[in-house]
Amino acid sequence: METILFAILLMAVIGLVLGLVIGWFAKIFQIESDSRVELVTELLPGANCGGCGKAGCSDFAKSVVSGENPPSKCPVSSKEQVTAIALALGIDAGESFQQRAVVCCGGDREQTKRLLNYNGVVDCVSASLVAGGPKGCSYGCLGMGTCARKCPFGAIEIINNLAVVHRELCVGCGTCVAACPRGVIKLVPADAEVHVYCNSPAKGPAKRQVCNVPCLGCRKCARAFPNKFKVDGFKAQVNYEAKPLPTADDVQAVGCPTGCLLTADEHLKIEQNEPEWSPEK
Amino acid sequence: MSKSSREVLSFQGGIHPSGDGKQLSSGNPIQIAPLLDRYRVMISQNVGKPPKPVVKPGDTVKKYQLLAEADGFVSANLHSPTSGKIIGIVDVPGPMGTLVPAIEIEADGLDEAAETWPPIAWRDADPADLLKRVGDAGLVGMGGAAFPTRVKFSPPPEKKIDTLILNGAECEPYLTADHRLMLEHPEKVLEGAAISGRMLGVSNIYIGVEVNKEDAIQALGRRASEYGVKIATLKVQYPQGSEKQLIMAITGRAVPAGGLPMDAGCVVQNVGTAAAVTDAVVSGIPLVERVTTVTGEVVKNPGNWMLKIGTPVIKAIEFAGGVTAEPGKLILGGPMMGFAQKSFDVPVSKNTSGILLLPVSEALTYGSVGCIRCGRCLEACPMNLMPCLLGNAVEGEKFDIAAQNHVMDCIECGSCAYVCPAHRPLVQHMRRAKAEIRKRKK
Repeated sequence: METILFAILLMAVIGLVLGLVIGWFAKIFQIESDSRVELVTELLPGANCGGCGKAGCSDFAKSVVSGENPPSKCPVSSKEQVTAIALALGIDAGESFQQRAVVCCGGDREQTKRLLNYNGVVDCVSASLVAGGPKGCSYGCLGMGTCARKCPFGAIEIINNLAVVHRELCVGCGTCVAACPRGVIKLVPADAEVHVYCNSPAKGPAKRQVCNVPCLGCRKCARAFPNKFKVDGFKAQVNYEAKPLPTADDVQAVGCPTGCLLTADEHLKIEQNEPEWSPEK
Repeated sequence: MSKSSREVLSFQGGIHPSGDGKQLSSGNPIQIAPLLDRYRVMISQNVGKPPKPVVKPGDTVKKYQLLAEADGFVSANLHSPTSGKIIGIVDVPGPMGTLVPAIEIEADGLDEAAETWPPIAWRDADPADLLKRVGDAGLVGMGGAAFPTRVKFSPPPEKKIDTLILNGAECEPYLTADHRLMLEHPEKVLEGAAISGRMLGVSNIYIGVEVNKEDAIQALGRRASEYGVKIATLKVQYPQGSEKQLIMAITGRAVPAGGLPMDAGCVVQNVGTAAAVTDAVVSGIPLVERVTTVTGEVVKNPGNWMLKIGTPVIKAIEFAGGVTAEPGKLILGGPMMGFAQKSFDVPVSKNTSGILLLPVSEALTYGSVGCIRCGRCLEACPMNLMPCLLGNAVEGEKFDIAAQNHVMDCIECGSCAYVCPAHRPLVQHMRRAKAEIRKRKK
């Protein structure tokens, strides 16, 4: 009986002493943590996509609390979420600028020639090391899905060996832009509907030899809407600073001879094999 | 040295490609290619900075006239392969699959040569004069790497060079260009070796030749002692002609990891470059043509041609009588380390050792599966690396693990991929890892 009591007492004393020591150490080595950083981290989406340029969401939260970045710098958060963060901290939300990724290429398996019987790693970066990739065009999408695998939001799908963006899922974090070895993915303003789906600066006839849907630099779009489209070298570009931005009606009015001027929805639907579409549209 | 008593040298690892295809072209003498009406000479034909063009559209040029001038130390002059008119600078498909600038020349059919440089009596010449001539002539390594020869022969003074090795191993299957050159012009190769030795101040000169080129060994051996050159007979083993393996086989020295042959006191040069050194020093002509093997099972008359730089590959294949069946793959260089091509319009450059057309059956496509841990690649790797482990690291995008396991020492010889029973694209993985690691270092 005595032994048991002694053991219980001994354990209680040891526990008490160690508890005091731990408590004392916790006090001296305490790290000042800002409760606001935790709060902002909670309010952020937690995707850790890196689209803001920081290492992750908690890193971004620190920069918001320190005033380095406005909350709107997070490309994933909706307007409501950004306002919630701004209200919680009592700061200005900053001007929100949403972007979306667009794959500037329409050269899927049927439209662009494959000149090489490629048998290597199914990865765009690896494939571009073999004769610059199997595709006839050295600037277009290789369609082996490196961007789709890297996208943290599952917004890119590979259909017919071409990457297409699902705009409702894309947040414009730019992970795919960094992953693509061809530089064919661009970040554009989220409200832009119309894009030029060609990335090749080569001359028209050279592009025609390998692709059915290149931009030939014919200037038809730039003549119809000089403020909305510009032609740089042998490739048309949308002027994303134009107000208002080009619309689906403008695409109809231009009547691009190769069909590389499209709305983002059309680009997706063509690849999903919409029956009413043909390259001679 | 009699055939039975001589020593046959080699290195550890490597492979023995079966059916090496050399018999297709090894028996046919080098032929002079007919003159074309148009040449497209790529501006960048050397490692380092591309030279600066010095001609304008509309200029008339003569054969051997300077087209582009070396821009900096690691660069090489470029000369006109024939006489004619400059059309301009055009984009042509390059050997790496991208469009590259080239100077287009419309030949006038006369092939009229400009005045050549005076010959140099090299036995008593100042090595600096010889070096200058080699630089003026636009010489680059003709085995494949296209490293400017003048730079290779100007090692930093703290590196003591005591051995010059001429690479006549030609271990790549199908290629016989160096073989024919050594057999038909042995004195040119030997004289080039002796001149190179004079430039480096080295008297210990070897020519390494694989024993399957017995006739070339005999031809070189007859006059080798006149030029103070020793013939090293090598075992038929791939990659015997890789410079690090060649140094190991002949001198027994190992080039340290990340180092160059000069760190082992050696300079390695291709036999084709040696012949070009003789042309530059003794005949005073720059490098504008080279021996190239045009071969493959589907080529009608495989053989070796003296091709002018800027000759489109399709024309070279026409010289060889065209094809007998649909080709499955076009490769510039040999089948092991050569580069697959997308276009038949690629021009021949200073380092095009072979034009190979594989039949569809040889260009079979295999599906690859994961590593089965058999270890055959470990035995095959001549650099003693672990290709299976490196391949796994790259598949998981763990490039730091690849770097720790010395992927940067891979010579991309393809031995591992050749023996892999799972058909893994190991060389492609290595190249990916090297590209990523170089990018991160920047």
